[in-house]
Amino acid sequence: MFEIDKWQEILSTVKKNRLRTFLTGFSVAWGIFMLVVLLGSGKGLENGVAEQFRGGATNGVWITSGVTSMKYKGLKTGRPIQFTNEDYNSLNTTIRGHDHISSRLFLGNNLVSYKNQYGSFFISPCHPDYGYIKEIELIRGRFLNNIDIHDFRKVAVIGEKVKASLFKGADTVAMGKYITINGVLFKVVGIFRDFSRNDNEQKRIYIPISSAQRIFNGNNIVQQISYTTGTATPDQANAMVENTKSLLSRRHTFDVKDQRAVEVWNKSEDVRRFSALFAGIRLFIWIIGIGTIIAGVVGVSNIMMIVVKERTKEIGVRKALGASPGSIIGLILQEAIAITGFSGYIGLVLGIGLLELVSSKMPSTEFFRNPEADFSIAIGATVLLIVAGAIAGFVPAMKAAKVRPVDALRDE
Amino acid sequence: MINIKNIHKSYVMGQSRLHVLKGIDLEIKSGEMISVMGASGSGKSTLLNILGILDNYDTGEYSLDGTPIRKLNERKAAALRNHLLGFVFQSFNLISFKNAMENVALPLYYQKVSRKKRNIIAMEYLERMGLKEWAHHLPNELSGGQKQRIAIARALIAKPKVILADEPTGALDSVTSLEMMDILQEINRTGITMVIVTHEHDIAARTEKTIKITDGIITEIIKN
Ligand SMILES: Nc1ncnc2c1ncn2[C@@H]1O[C@H](COP(=O)(O)OP(=O)(O)O)[C@@H](O)[C@H]1O
Ligand SMILES: [Mg+2]
Repeated sequence: MFEIDKWQEILSTVKKNRLRTFLTGFSVAWGIFMLVVLLGSGKGLENGVAEQFRGGATNGVWITSGVTSMKYKGLKTGRPIQFTNEDYNSLNTTIRGHDHISSRLFLGNNLVSYKNQYGSFFISPCHPDYGYIKEIELIRGRFLNNIDIHDFRKVAVIGEKVKASLFKGADTVAMGKYITINGVLFKVVGIFRDFSRNDNEQKRIYIPISSAQRIFNGNNIVQQISYTTGTATPDQANAMVENTKSLLSRRHTFDVKDQRAVEVWNKSEDVRRFSALFAGIRLFIWIIGIGTIIAGVVGVSNIMMIVVKERTKEIGVRKALGASPGSIIGLILQEAIAITGFSGYIGLVLGIGLLELVSSKMPSTEFFRNPEADFSIAIGATVLLIVAGAIAGFVPAMKAAKVRPVDALRDE
Repeated sequence: MINIKNIHKSYVMGQSRLHVLKGIDLEIKSGEMISVMGASGSGKSTLLNILGILDNYDTGEYSLDGTPIRKLNERKAAALRNHLLGFVFQSFNLISFKNAMENVALPLYYQKVSRKKRNIIAMEYLERMGLKEWAHHLPNELSGGQKQRIAIARALIAKPKVILADEPTGALDSVTSLEMMDILQEINRTGITMVIVTHEHDIAARTEKTIKITDGIITEIIKN
């Protein structure tokens, strides 16, 4: 079906109707261009937001103690809530379905030194499970373990940025060395890279919470408890969060509806909300893009209709010489597909080109990074083009096939 | 070769109905060269179109080279036209954006002959018509006589058994018309049956037999 002859014919009809072919081809190219650029930008937006979500399991729940904002059982507002190890233990035994749990203390930035190298780093005491919850990637050594907690060991897992500012040379140099945190010696047992690209997250030091409570606090205070919801469905995860809130409200006597007493961040909720949002955006983009393409297809169909009308006599001649209806349909269809395919391809290339240019020249911001048209978009657009071309050619082709040679050849 | 019995054909236009062929009987033997004459509107072209399976008839019988022609589907009709019939029209009906060689080669395209091969064959036929040098010219660069010779070459290339010509000299001057008749007679001598519609007496006189149609019926058969 795809021989040189047909291509020659397509070329010659296109040449004869240059402006008209250009205009319709342009609308198809524009449609595809818009679709690719919009989808790519949507992807850029999505990448930007996804970046915000990096570092931290998607099924994580973080509960941070706060200050009451509602009167409850005769207690006034503005009362600070203070979590303790008891809360951790109680959540650990009461909340069913979690697979990792950790409490945390916020010690803020502290002076840390090794020999004559100094730096101020964020000290984050926690349980071993926090490595999982925070998606911490170890590049050397190990994370905290239960023996560290049990034996109040003075061990530290340091971020790669911490390592870089305190130690010269390879990572191995730092392993087993003693660093001084706020005047107390801790042994380096691991070096990590945080999953998030945020620099501050790499400038942390994780130490056992038991040791931190004993050394820096002297009691059993906890400021944040976090856990992952395991294989729970979104609804089950929400139920776990509600149970957690009511348990804590009973233990600390505050209104469950008080958003400030404890601040809960259920990441899976956010992730779900954003995926729904982006699914919506994507759908919207496809609708706009396809709408534009349909306009192009109608244009191509129109031009083909005119082409068929103009070529009625020629079609009649072909039939008289032995052309079957099928071969005539093939001729018109192929021409329509060629026009849509070619102009659509140009739109595709220009669209991807623009995206490439933007992603290489524009610095990525918090909410926009790496706009990209991935392979599936390109495939989708290509399939769309061929289908569109076939649709555009269908009605004119059927009309052409129905041309009766007698009518076409009658000498007026 | 061609055998028709009691063919009737009417055109329906809205409410009115135009009875054009009112019972035509005709037998044309293989290798015969006949002409069809008649006043304008008498039904000559209608008859020729039916013979050429370009149009259907209402009642009667038609067999072409032993094949009954009745209610064929489009594909079969196209194949029969391609293999058995060659057409020559008054207005040439060449394809304007194809050069002479490609126009001549077109019937072979529908026989799935390769491009190279059919162009070689087309060149042979153009040479027979004395148009070899014009092979790569578009139709609008050629004279009427040249165009009609290209059309004849195109009609011959698929080696048809019958050539149907509807006023082949209608658009040509008298000198060229006579040249054209020479060519057609020569082709007929190779054994190809030929039916020529004309309203010029000296054209008709060069065929073996002239059939006169008046108002949709054959009124006279003259042996020339
Ligand atoms: N498709 C058609 N629809 C209606 N009338 C037609 C059609 N084709 C031909 N006619 C009419 O049929 C008659 C015979 O036409 P035609 O066979 O072309 O005559 P001729 O070729 O002898 O001049 C004419 O009156 C013509 O107007
Ligand atoms: Mg006529």
